[in-house]
Amino acid sequence: MKDVNIIPLFVIIPLLTAFLIALLGKTIKNFSEKIIVASSSLLLAFSLYSQILLRHTPLKTLVYNVGGWLPPFGISMVLDGLSSFMLIVVNLIAFFVAVYSLSYMEKYTDKPKFFTLFALMVSGLNGVIVTGDIFNLFVFLEIASIASYALVAFGTQAEELEASFKYTIMGTVASSFIFLGIVFLYGFASTLNMAHMASVLNSKLSIWLLPFVSVLFLAGFSLKAAMVPFHGWLPDAHSSAPASISAMLSGVLIKTLGIYAMMRIFFNVLGITQAQLSILMFLGSLSIITGAILAFSQWDFKRLLAYSTISQVGYIVLGLGLGTPLGIFGALFHLFNHSVFKSLLFLNSGAVDYAASTRDLRETGGLNKVMPVTTKTNFIASMSISGIPPFSGFFSKLIIIFACIQKGHIGYGLCAVIGSILTLIYFMKLQKFVFLGELKDKFKQIAEVPYLMRFSMICLAAICILAGFLLLPALRPFLDRASDVLLGGTNYAAAVMGAALR
Amino acid sequence: MSLIVKTITRLIVGLVLLFGIYIVLHGHLSPGGGFSGGVIVALSFVLMMLAFGEDVAVAKISRNLASNLESIGALMFLFIAILGFLGGSFFLNILSTGTPFKLFSAGTIILSNISIGIKVGIGLFAIFLALVILEKTKRER
Repeated sequence: MKDVNIIPLFVIIPLLTAFLIALLGKTIKNFSEKIIVASSSLLLAFSLYSQILLRHTPLKTLVYNVGGWLPPFGISMVLDGLSSFMLIVVNLIAFFVAVYSLSYMEKYTDKPKFFTLFALMVSGLNGVIVTGDIFNLFVFLEIASIASYALVAFGTQAEELEASFKYTIMGTVASSFIFLGIVFLYGFASTLNMAHMASVLNSKLSIWLLPFVSVLFLAGFSLKAAMVPFHGWLPDAHSSAPASISAMLSGVLIKTLGIYAMMRIFFNVLGITQAQLSILMFLGSLSIITGAILAFSQWDFKRLLAYSTISQVGYIVLGLGLGTPLGIFGALFHLFNHSVFKSLLFLNSGAVDYAASTRDLRETGGLNKVMPVTTKTNFIASMSISGIPPFSGFFSKLIIIFACIQKGHIGYGLCAVIGSILTLIYFMKLQKFVFLGELKDKFKQIAEVPYLMRFSMICLAAICILAGFLLLPALRPFLDRASDVLLGGTNYAAAVMGAALR
Repeated sequence: MSLIVKTITRLIVGLVLLFGIYIVLHGHLSPGGGFSGGVIVALSFVLMMLAFGEDVAVAKISRNLASNLESIGALMFLFIAILGFLGGSFFLNILSTGTPFKLFSAGTIILSNISIGIKVGIGLFAIFLALVILEKTKRER
């Protein structure tokens, strides 16, 4: 039972960090910086260790019973292939963003408060991922959301407050939908444990419940994941936040709260139907095209990236909606890749903002002469997101397009191809207006950003290049274990119950 | 505020505070608990602030003390949960549960209620204080 003890640590460590910083951050100099780096590297190490742990577990599922209470009665925490995969994504990005923020947040006044909120957000995200209890999932979802509402408003300028307000309203509407869905499920199944709920729903049939609850969850999670008819809040919120937070929001927050929670509930608890899959496919391809077209005409660096997020999340949802092994594998691979290169792009925008104090594409130009590291990492990320061969984005998009054709959805495959071409076009626009061209006089004196910011950007760029190796047979189990959980569907119930009673 | 409000407040504020503390300490035996008791405790301070102005309330609990106590409440709760590891599991009730319906029973539940009471009471007070200060600075401008 010893190994299982790492599961609650994913929640304990960031919570402890958050409140210690709130208590001591102001009195002890540099306390918040030290402890945030320590805790996020510890979390990264634990999440990598969870992979090793799963490899040696026969059932591929580990369950932690909180307070020693067995599943149908107590709260359980579940670590399976999908949770472990998401933990690595979240904690990897959180670590690099934390290191980047050490220098970047110098422009803002209150570092301890920032790191408190940041750690709370990470604890919410980790909690959503490891929990096996549907109400606990809602609570952690709210912790992460509320911390992110405050972080979006961190600059306290008029537009940031407006964006945060809009985000708060839309986020609360989404949470209410999700909450209502949970209420109905609880009323019907009389249990909150997700595994137990799945087995109850399997044996006790209802004509109206599942379609009704699915619509509620679909609306709620689509709002959280900003799929196209529900995307109105995202460009404002993601472009107004401090760049490191935009990287967290775009990179992992909408994927954990939106896509991961949706996958978990639809695939593992409710058991997904063809109708829901078709809706997901349609929403996904709509997001791909609409997001790309909207991104096209943006002149604000971060707004362009925010619209691009909508488009790229569409790929993930399209891949999930296919429901085939290849589609889900591609979707998860794209989820990993997108979180890496989109965070890198947002960190680049932060670096440009830090050095040149502007995000307007019409004002910048020729920055490759003064900011070589930012230029090169940005080039790698842009090529990766547009799907140019040696970089990671190419493989995941290719797998999704293959999966579309394999399932016979040529139209959706075509959407994915067109979306990829549009992505290439607007990232070329970004390259041309920010990094290439004539260097303006007022930017002659600016220097490259501090080394901590460079460190994060270079590491993320390296992951962009190397992520293609995840397809090698030696590393494939990382993604395979995650997609097996989704493909297993409601077998989740048996796996969790089996692992808990052991 | 008028004399009537001030007099009545002076009479009942102690009782409200005491009732809040009772709800916190009796949370494991009767309806209520850390959250509701904490709210009542905060309300006694809010009442004082409304009747006598925020200076009187701030003299009792300053802003720094409020924010520190809030973090301490949260940390206490977390430490009680972590203490469960001594018995083998997160959130495990490691203390003796005693006889049911006695005040000192239910192990760590009463301690958790106290820490939630601190966190919620002080947190609500701090939110109200922040709103008051915001309104004051707006009026001064």
